[in-house]
Order: sequence, then C-alpha cells, then structure tokens
Amino acid sequence: MSRPFKVVTIDPITRLEGHGKISIFLNEAGEVENAYLQVPELRGFEKFCEGRKAEDLPQITSRICGVCPVAHHFAATKALDAAFNVEPPSPAKKLRELMYCGYYIYDHTLHFYYLGGPDFVVGPDAPPTERNIIGVIKKVGLEIAKEVIKHRAYGQKITAIIGGKATHPVCGLPGGISKSLSEEGRQEIEKMAASSVEFAKFSLKLFHDIVLKNKKYLDLILSEAYTMKTYYMGLVDENNNVNFYDGKVRVVTPDGKEFVKFAPQEYLDVIEEHVEPWSYVKFTYLKKIGWKGFTDGPDNGIYRVGPLGRLNAAEGMATPLANEEYKRMYETFGGKPVHSTLAFHWARLIELLYAAERTLELSRDPEITSTDVRNKVGQPGEGVGIVEAARGTLIHHYVLDEEALIKRMNLIVATTNNAAAINLSIRNAAKGLIKGREVSEGLLNMVEMAFRAYDPCFACATHYAFGEMPLKIEIYDSNRKLIKTIKR
Amino acid sequence: MSKEKLKFAFYWAASCGGCEIAVLDIDEKILEVLEIADIVFWPVAIDVKYKDVEAMPDKYIDVCFFNGAIRTEEQEHLAKLLRRKSKVLVAFGSCAHEGCIPGLANLHNRKEIFERAYLESESTANPERIFPQTKVEVEEGVLTIPEFYDTVKTLDQTVEVDYYLPGCPPPVDLILKAVEAIAKNELPPKGSVLAPLKSVCDECPKKKESKQISQIYRVYEITPNPEKCLLEQGIICMGPATRGGCGAQCLTVDMPCTGCGGPCPNEPEQGAAMIGALASILGVEQEKEREIDAEKLIDQIRDPVGTFYRYSLPHSILQRKVIRNE
Repeated sequence: MSRPFKVVTIDPITRLEGHGKISIFLNEAGEVENAYLQVPELRGFEKFCEGRKAEDLPQITSRICGVCPVAHHFAATKALDAAFNVEPPSPAKKLRELMYCGYYIYDHTLHFYYLGGPDFVVGPDAPPTERNIIGVIKKVGLEIAKEVIKHRAYGQKITAIIGGKATHPVCGLPGGISKSLSEEGRQEIEKMAASSVEFAKFSLKLFHDIVLKNKKYLDLILSEAYTMKTYYMGLVDENNNVNFYDGKVRVVTPDGKEFVKFAPQEYLDVIEEHVEPWSYVKFTYLKKIGWKGFTDGPDNGIYRVGPLGRLNAAEGMATPLANEEYKRMYETFGGKPVHSTLAFHWARLIELLYAAERTLELSRDPEITSTDVRNKVGQPGEGVGIVEAARGTLIHHYVLDEEALIKRMNLIVATTNNAAAINLSIRNAAKGLIKGREVSEGLLNMVEMAFRAYDPCFACATHYAFGEMPLKIEIYDSNRKLIKTIKR
Repeated sequence: MSKEKLKFAFYWAASCGGCEIAVLDIDEKILEVLEIADIVFWPVAIDVKYKDVEAMPDKYIDVCFFNGAIRTEEQEHLAKLLRRKSKVLVAFGSCAHEGCIPGLANLHNRKEIFERAYLESESTANPERIFPQTKVEVEEGVLTIPEFYDTVKTLDQTVEVDYYLPGCPPPVDLILKAVEAIAKNELPPKGSVLAPLKSVCDECPKKKESKQISQIYRVYEITPNPEKCLLEQGIICMGPATRGGCGAQCLTVDMPCTGCGGPCPNEPEQGAAMIGALASILGVEQEKEREIDAEKLIDQIRDPVGTFYRYSLPHSILQRKVIRNE
C-alpha cells in the first residue's frame, strides 16, 4: 500500500556509525506533516554500572561523553556525597566549582567558535565548505584564531590542574576532592581566568557586531520558524541566579512564572520519561503536565534546558558583567522568557562570561588553597546528584548496597531533556522552508541551525561536536521512490 | 624537489568523543601537522563522503587513525574499508585498542540493557512496554535505526591493526611522538604499541619501599600519604600492570592508576598481570602460614572485573559474559 506522503531523510553521512538522523514527512500538498529526530545509539551504562564500586562511578560515567566528562564526573561525585550522606568541606565545594567553571570556558568556546558560531560568524548563506572553524579563522583573522585556541586550551588546563587529566578527570571523591590546590596552581589559574574574562568580553562584542547589528540575522533569530513556547529548566542558587555546579532546579512556565523549584532528591516527582519505538533516546517531560506528544505550549510537559533554558529559568547572573549582558539580552527581546531557539547562542556567550568571571572570583577566594578538602563518609545508601552540563540539566541517581557497590543507577543526560524540543524545532524549521513540494537546498542550513543551537550531544555521543557535519537529504515520492538527493 | 605531503585519515566508531578532543588538545601544533600531511578523511571536519573513500585506490591513505570500538555491522564495514585503503592503520585510544569502558557492556546482553533503560528505569513511564525497534511503521511511513548488538569488539578483533596508541584518551605527548615517527619514517615494527616500554609505576614520583600490605582500602576510606606509593598504602593502583606514557597523571592528584594505558609490554593480560603483582605485595607466594591472611585480603577486593579489566574486557581472555540462548 502506498501512502500519500513524501519522506525527506536528512542523514548525516555518518549515520551508519550511530549519529543523529532526521526524517521529514511531507503530505500530498507538499507541506510538512511530521518530523522525527532519531538517535541510533545506546551504550547501556545504566546496566553495566551495576555491580561496580560506587567510588568508581565518577570515572566510569565520564566515559559517557569525552566532550563533557567533567559534567558526568561531578554529577556522579555529588550523587555519591548524597549516597554516603556526607557534606564536603567548603574548600572542596569551591574547588569543584572552580574546575567546573574551567570546563565551561573550554566547552562554550568550543561550541561557539568551532560548531554553532560559524553559522553566524561566517554566515548562514555561506557555502558549507566555509561554515566551519577554518571559515571563522578567515573571517576573524589568524591572531584571533590563536586566542580561540589558547582559551579553549586554558579551560582544559584548569581542569587538568585540579582534576589530574582534562579529558576524564579523576579527582572526585564522596565527601570532597582528592587533592588540594597549590599556591602555584592557584596563580596559574588566576592568570588564565583574567585572560578568559577579556576573551569572553571580546566574544560577546563579536556577536554584537556580526550578528545583532545585522538585521537579516536578527530577523532570522526572531522568525516564527525558530520560535517555540515551552517550559524551561535550570539550576539556580539561593538568589535564583544561574549556577552550574550546585543549587536547586527551577522550572518556569512558558510565560515565565515559577512552576516548581526542587531539590535533587525530588527529581522523580517532577520529571518523567517517555519511550518511542523509533529512537534509542527517551523523551522527558514534566510529570504534572504530562506527555501530549510533540507540541509546544503550556499544556504539554515539554521543557528546554541548556544555556537559554538556564537563563530563562533564573532571574539573573551572579557576576556583574554577565548580569549586565543578561539584562541586555532580555531588553533586546522585550521580556522573559525568550522563546527564540537561536538565542541559545547569545545565552551561551553570557554564560562564557559568567564562567570566566566566576573562575577569577574563585581563584582569588582565600579558602581555595585550604587543605581541608575531604570529609569522612557515612553509611552507603541512595543519592541523587544534579549539575548543569553545558548542554543542560544532568541527573545521576544511584542506589548502593551495603558494600557500596552500585545496585541500581538511573541517568537523565542533558540532551535527553531537550530531545522532544529538538524534534519540534526541526519540524518548525522544516515547515518554514518546505512549501508546495519544492524542497530548497537551504533546508540543510536551516534544519542544521535549528538543532545545532542546542549543541546536541546525542546519547552524550557528540561525534560531530566540531566542524561541519556532512548531511544528505533524500526525497521520496508518495510511492517512496527516490526522486532526488541533495548532498554536501 | 619538495617532499610530497602525507595523507592522513581520522575515523571514529563507538566512542565518547574524547579521542577527538585529544586531537584538538595538541592545540596550535595542529598547524604543524597540517604542514606535513593532508587530511583526506575526517567526517567531523571535512566534507569527504564514504563513496569518495571507496573510490580511493587501495593503500591511498598513508596513515588512518581509528578510534572507537566496533559494535555494529556498519562500523565493521568501515573498519574493513579503511584497512584496505590505508597503508598503516592505527588503533587510536583505549576503545579501539581494548574495548575500554563501553566494553563493560559485554557483562550483559542487549535484552538486559534494554530492560534496564526502557522498563525498569525509575524515571520512565512505559506501561505499554515499548522498546526501540530497528524498523517502525509510523503514520507517515517507515523509520529505521541500526541494530544494537550484544557484543563490543576491538578493532583488531575485526581487521589487522598495524599500531596501537593507548590511553583513554591517548596523551598528547604520545600523539605528537607518533606523528613525528611517521613524518621521519621511523615507525617501529608492525604490531607495536606506540608508547614507552615503561610502566606507569616507572613514571610515578611516589616513593616505593617494597612494603607488604596488611589491608586493602577503597579510595574514599583513607587519605593516603601523598609522598608514598598508593599500592603500598593499601589502595589498588594498576600502575605496575599498566603501560606508561601518560606521566602518571592520575597520581599527580593522589588518585590511583585505573589502567587505561593497557598492558605492559610482554604482559598481554593486564588483569592477570595485576592480580600477579597484587599476589606478591600481599605476600601470597611467601609463607604458607600466611595464606589464609592473603585470602582474606583478596576477599576484600570488590568488583574484580571492574577493577582489573575496566578498560580491557573485550580484549581479554574473558571477552564477555556467556550468553545463553533461551
């Protein structure tokens, strides 16, 4: 039986290795009927971590993602704090947060200059061969490119000083951290942080000059195709300022009101996951609102996380320069929350500035070189740890047996929280572009931009985190016969 | 006459992305690499399609750096294709080398992994017991996803491998040395691991006193003396059984080596080698009357597979848990 639909498959050429895959279905009128983002990979950490020693989890789970290992490392460490019923000493918490902010400097720099930024810096209409880091270098010049390389490396260096290794750090222990920071290390971090503040300011200026002063880009950001009214989620401190490492999780409604604010151990009251047979990723939603399929608005429990999710869910930034820029963003958009998906890029740079300012603050904290970095653990039990990974709220939940081996483990990774929203964004972008059967070549750019804004890390297997992702669109007629292929 | 540039390829299979970050971590030296080599295939960065690779003459690529383990038919296909097109194939990083942490999935099968993720998960509401399917009819048509296999394999369990760059991820220093050896045409005999012959212990600055231990501690149970050998303080450290080249980085923050560098030269079974090293430090081979104590000590070791084979299960003699067909 034939169906009255065309199917457009946008498949990374790398799909065969387990990457994201998008299928867009058109109806007989040639309009978008539906869109599916499929995640073809699963690795089974939740199962094979059973039986492991609890204290090994910060290092084992960091292998979920080599791009954001620090996020998993500390989500796990915090889950162990809770499971062993131990509160780390204040200097240990500060050291963890310091390393965490270093990770943000590295990760947000990576995304803005190597991945998402090229769309704007080089231009959404530029040839794909130029919309990559090399194109960025051409546009901004080699001197600035060296600054980009340098500051990405600084972020990694900060992690390595405190964590032992930048990729797959080892310092996290229940009740604290394995080693205190030397004065020499502190000075090195302070220097790198001061430089990173200037670099973040520069990056924002670049964004203002190239993107915000360009009406064409601004119109694109504000366009219907990239707008979606959802709930937002992120960690906040006691003043409802954005925090990456610690605090409570705050959720706001599509019109910006506080919906719920919860402690890590309460996450099961708030979040639930839905399974679809066509993807290995699960789809999270707010339990009280419920799962109503792939639609936006206040009646569906879909929410968004990540830079824009965090800024929308909070009331400000805890450092002065970042907070100024925070206010500027909401003034530009005319209020909160901002529903434009492409505003994720702006939010990311505001966070880069915050991370750099906070790194500098912490590097000058009188407690930061204290040797009081470990407390004794209690009896093993159950614990939940939540941090904000660069890509969004990350939850680790462990149940330990009496020998402190993992009995059960549950994870909600950052991109899972956004999976439903990314699906929707892709559908909206496709609807904006596909009209009356003709599939524009520009679809590639538009759809790519829609999901790249989230910096997606499918199954935390970010294989295309930098550079250009090769894509392919296949167009089938209503008999599902291949009639056209667009490739690049 | 100017020397012709080398042709490099980078590829990943089942991995976490950390190996790509390790390549970026050579920072500005990437510009030097680009002076001696053209990158002819790197799907994350360069727009070269599979069909372009297929169109290359055999042995067209001088060196292919392949990271990630093999878990799907497609990954296997690419491993075979790149083997044919490359003069030299390097297993880059612990996943390609030994299976690494994702290889611990070999302790279970697909069914167990699916049930945990999609049914038993505390946050999942799935009353209709839906599992992902390789082929699904939705309202508008058919959607497909690749099959998830039971067993994780290493690269050399799939194709012939010329060199191994160990580590999770490989240390920047080893990457640069390997590139230098390639550039100068000074690669060691095929089959070599491109890392020093030393163990992590040999690179560790902590003081060893050839002490025997009377009790084993878990890392959170004691704060070790930072000047002294962790193993001699009762913390299981894989240093004696693990190949160096990393500069004993983990030990710089007083945490034990967990073995990501793989086995030492001439000790293909890393787990067995470590158990041997432990036996001697526990005094098992020394006095008969101490045997009971030694047994008691060994009995303290929790999760031996996750301790001794954390990075090498698929590559080890254990390889995987036996699957019984129901």
